[in-house]
Amino acid sequence: MNNRNTEKNGEDRTSRKNTIRDYLVFFAVLVAGLVLLLIFPDKKDAAAATAWNYLREMMAILPAVMVVMGLFSIFVTKEQVVKYLGKTSGAKGPLVALFFGALPTGPLYIAFPLAAALIRKGARVSNVVVFISAWACIKIPQELVELQFLGFPFMGVRLLLTVFFVILMGLLIEQLASPKKGKKALNNQGG
Amino acid sequence: MSAAVILINAIAAVCLVFAFIKNREKARQSIIVAAGSFFRVLPLVLMIIVIIGLFSAFIPPSEIIKFIGAQAGWSGILAIAALGAVLHIPALISFPLAAALLQSGASIASVAAFITSLTMVGVVTLALEMKELGLRLALLRNGFSFIMAVIIALIMGMIL
Repeated sequence: MNNRNTEKNGEDRTSRKNTIRDYLVFFAVLVAGLVLLLIFPDKKDAAAATAWNYLREMMAILPAVMVVMGLFSIFVTKEQVVKYLGKTSGAKGPLVALFFGALPTGPLYIAFPLAAALIRKGARVSNVVVFISAWACIKIPQELVELQFLGFPFMGVRLLLTVFFVILMGLLIEQLASPKKGKKALNNQGG
Repeated sequence: MSAAVILINAIAAVCLVFAFIKNREKARQSIIVAAGSFFRVLPLVLMIIVIIGLFSAFIPPSEIIKFIGAQAGWSGILAIAALGAVLHIPALISFPLAAALLQSGASIASVAAFITSLTMVGVVTLALEMKELGLRLALLRNGFSFIMAVIIALIMGMIL
């Protein structure tokens, strides 16, 4: 537990540094934009109206998206994900992988060590690929943001196609990667 | 208010109530995590909004149509899919950007290619992926994902 805390503090520090950098970049972009609009005042109204519309739409959903992701990241632990996904097999496998990947929990770089743990536990490569892919692009809150900005036909069709191709890709990659299956896991254990 | 706004806020509210009933301490922790990620992503969101505003005022739709409009064809789709693969921006802010591109005359196919490859293919995260999953699996997944992004884009361009 202690060890985990120090690790987390280190992560916090780098992420805080990145966040400060992001705010500085934002202010730089904002100032550059304002200067540009001072030089071309006739563009001011169009730019401001568009930015204001997008700001309103974003602020209507962003806090809720963050709350949902925060809740799931605390309530669904990594151990639970590995436990459920490691033992599912057969036709249910890809669906369970899709479901756990789509749960609103954290950025993609968290999914890689989870996926590695799954492979070590003997999960099928196809399911692991589906899991990472779903994690990357079928997150539930992301789908709702897509619905908000791009509308239902776009979001719905893209979701269906993505699910279909992600499962297909998982099976294909499993065929191509199976000779090496588990090799990386063994290397890891050997140090 | 749009359906998506109501839906996501309702989901958040319901989840929050359940969380507080189930475990107060964990629920409070979740709120702290949520506030943290909100302020982490906020500068990126504001930045993309400023860029969209400027973009819509300064870049005429004819320019966008030329590069990624319906007439741009294959090269436009491949180019924007490659851009999506290289860029490392949160999916969350790619949607307003995509909407702005669509409004300025970008084709459905190129916008779909951009979002799909942005979320699925990660050149920036590739090193980490190779370290965790091995070279072969990481390259296969990213390579296939890129092809998949282009195929999905072409299908969406045809049916929408």
